[in-house]
Amino acid sequence: MEHVVQHSDPHYDPEASKLGMWLFIFTELLLFGGLFIVYSIYRFLNPEAFQMAAHELNITIGAINTIILLVSSMTIAMSTSSLQQKNKGLTVLLLEITIMLALIFLINKYFEWGVKFEHGIWPGSQHLINDMGQGEILFFGLYFVMTGLHALHIVIGMIIIIVALRRVQKGTTHADRPSLLENAGLYWHLVDLIWIFLFPLFYLIH
Amino acid sequence: MQTVTQIPHDVSYLDYKGKYKGIFSWIFSTDHKRISLLYLYSMLTMFTVGVLLGLAMKLELIAPGKTIMDPQTYNAVFTVHGVIMIFMIVIPGLPAVFGNFMLPIMIGAKDVAFPKVNLLSWYFYVLGAILVISSVLFGNGTPDTGWTFYAPYSFKTGTNLLPAIFGAFILGFSSILTGLNFIVTIHRMRAPGMTWMKMPLFPWSLYGTAWIQLLATPVIGITLVLVALERIFGIGVFDPTLGGDPVLYQHLFWIYSHPAVYVMILPAMGAISEIIPTFSQKHIFGYRAIIASTLAIAFVGYFVWGHHMFTSGMSGTAQYTFSILTFLVAIPSAIKVFNWISTMHKASINPEIPFLWAVTFIFVFMIGGLSGLVLGALATDVYVHDTAFVVAHFHFIVFGGVGFSFFGAIHYWFPKMFGRMYDKVWAKVGWAFFTIGFLTLYSPMFYLGMLGMPRRYYDYLPEFHAANILSSLGSWVMTFGLLIVVINLFRSVKIGAIAEINPWNGKTLEWTVPSPPPVENFEEIPVYGEKDGPYEY
Repeated sequence: MEHVVQHSDPHYDPEASKLGMWLFIFTELLLFGGLFIVYSIYRFLNPEAFQMAAHELNITIGAINTIILLVSSMTIAMSTSSLQQKNKGLTVLLLEITIMLALIFLINKYFEWGVKFEHGIWPGSQHLINDMGQGEILFFGLYFVMTGLHALHIVIGMIIIIVALRRVQKGTTHADRPSLLENAGLYWHLVDLIWIFLFPLFYLIH
Repeated sequence: MQTVTQIPHDVSYLDYKGKYKGIFSWIFSTDHKRISLLYLYSMLTMFTVGVLLGLAMKLELIAPGKTIMDPQTYNAVFTVHGVIMIFMIVIPGLPAVFGNFMLPIMIGAKDVAFPKVNLLSWYFYVLGAILVISSVLFGNGTPDTGWTFYAPYSFKTGTNLLPAIFGAFILGFSSILTGLNFIVTIHRMRAPGMTWMKMPLFPWSLYGTAWIQLLATPVIGITLVLVALERIFGIGVFDPTLGGDPVLYQHLFWIYSHPAVYVMILPAMGAISEIIPTFSQKHIFGYRAIIASTLAIAFVGYFVWGHHMFTSGMSGTAQYTFSILTFLVAIPSAIKVFNWISTMHKASINPEIPFLWAVTFIFVFMIGGLSGLVLGALATDVYVHDTAFVVAHFHFIVFGGVGFSFFGAIHYWFPKMFGRMYDKVWAKVGWAFFTIGFLTLYSPMFYLGMLGMPRRYYDYLPEFHAANILSSLGSWVMTFGLLIVVINLFRSVKIGAIAEINPWNGKTLEWTVPSPPPVENFEEIPVYGEKDGPYEY
């Protein structure tokens, strides 16, 4: 009976849910795509100001956060394979690690933004408008919008992973029915991927 | 093994008693047919508001100077009219109502791929509608930017714009989810043997539409978010005083909103492609050409947004590139018209009411399409841009296209959806009044635009008076026709004669299931053989 997979629900179609998730990821990429267009246009128009403003960002924190997200992508991918190997305990542990890493990312982000606020830099702040050029205003405007929207996606991703974690614990997501966890993993990789673009665009290009 | 409750096949979706009672059996239902009717009734509500606002505008324009409202009110009225009609009626229109109802049945499936997501998209629709309405009821002043929310005015105006923007954003999300659902449904759930080239044309048009919804809507989503953030924080991306570029807003806005025109028109064309062969009792002419033109429109439609901005400041190269591409879109549209006419050629036509709506669709669509070429050509566009000519073109295409097709579709599928037939005489009377009123309302605007009457003003010069009176009269005749149509259909839901399974002798799968269809549509999933096809007469 190993080669015949019996599903309790005749409507269950793992291919369909994966296709749906890929399409949704596509729309997310386009959502950020709009922002990347805006970024590249203003970078083209204000190359020097963007370079100057990028020095204000802390490469170390950015790099640490990049590593954190990459590791979290690895742990969630490992959780999918451990689910396939029917190792429920390990799956749960790896998902918990993923959630912890996401949380650490957000905490870092909080401190990073906090430092900016202390320096009087936030969208529409007097310091930004009075003392800085238009290129810097645009750079920081985009910085807060894009990293903010990305942080929002981290939060959404965490919620999805928590749901998947609970399903795994309850046993409704298991080796024969892994779609929810796999889709949570796909979404998390998307969140990771977007950061992989944001990090060089804001921190590294000088 | 979980027990699967058996749903009886002889109970229609309208009578089925599920877990919930009363209204909850509707708003918690994941049945694609019930969701379709939820959309239908919520759209009818919003459409009524939109029509009343339109009537108010035409009444204001019946005489020069102030008639019933001041300029600020007029600005608010055309803004809310536009937001409601675009985002809540014509964009979701045919896909959400007839797509939801007919797509699974026409491809031989029991439901869409993600029934819960389908219900969720209706919740988003309602939430978006409530937000937009709340911008009218609360805050200091109704939005007055026009439905395009152009920067920089959209973050300078003191009116209550934020709820309207968030409403439009959420309506976009609803649209994305519907499109995603349809793509997966069509890929995964076609009946055995129904290959792509055997799929009926309405599902094909929904497929093209769904891709546009998926690929274009996120762009306006992020654009509206940026406008909202600009209003709240002043991030500067569209604000020229902070280094931003308002023309960039227009680009991003039209990158979505032009393809959105094809979200409106493609399913409308799809419904027409079903009605014409059924009432001609003939195989559709050029099945493959219609599919190819659907996909061509969906594809080329992405690259023409710049024609909304010929006078906004673009390089000459950009202008004529966009102009040429715009002309290209006319070709697949004309291919469709050619195919519809050829289907009717030498056919024994049964001029029932859906067919009448369909041929009127072709007529108004051609007027709208050809006037679109006047606007797509650079020299003439500079002359007529921002005049009543644009309003006339737009309403011929969008209201003429979607409206006539929608009414054709509802008269075509009504017996299937409700299991009852409407009064055919009243339906024809309503159609006649509507058509005459429509032409009387919008045709004079072409003339007024050529004379130079600008759009979006509550007032005009005395020499425009006569044509405006005619146009306002037309608005009353059209609304009268609309009332007859709607009342006739409403009455028939309860008291119409019981409809047969296949009143029009159609060949697509929805005509093989009972009227109204049972909850799971098919007792056994149909199988398409070698020789079967959707239009084999």
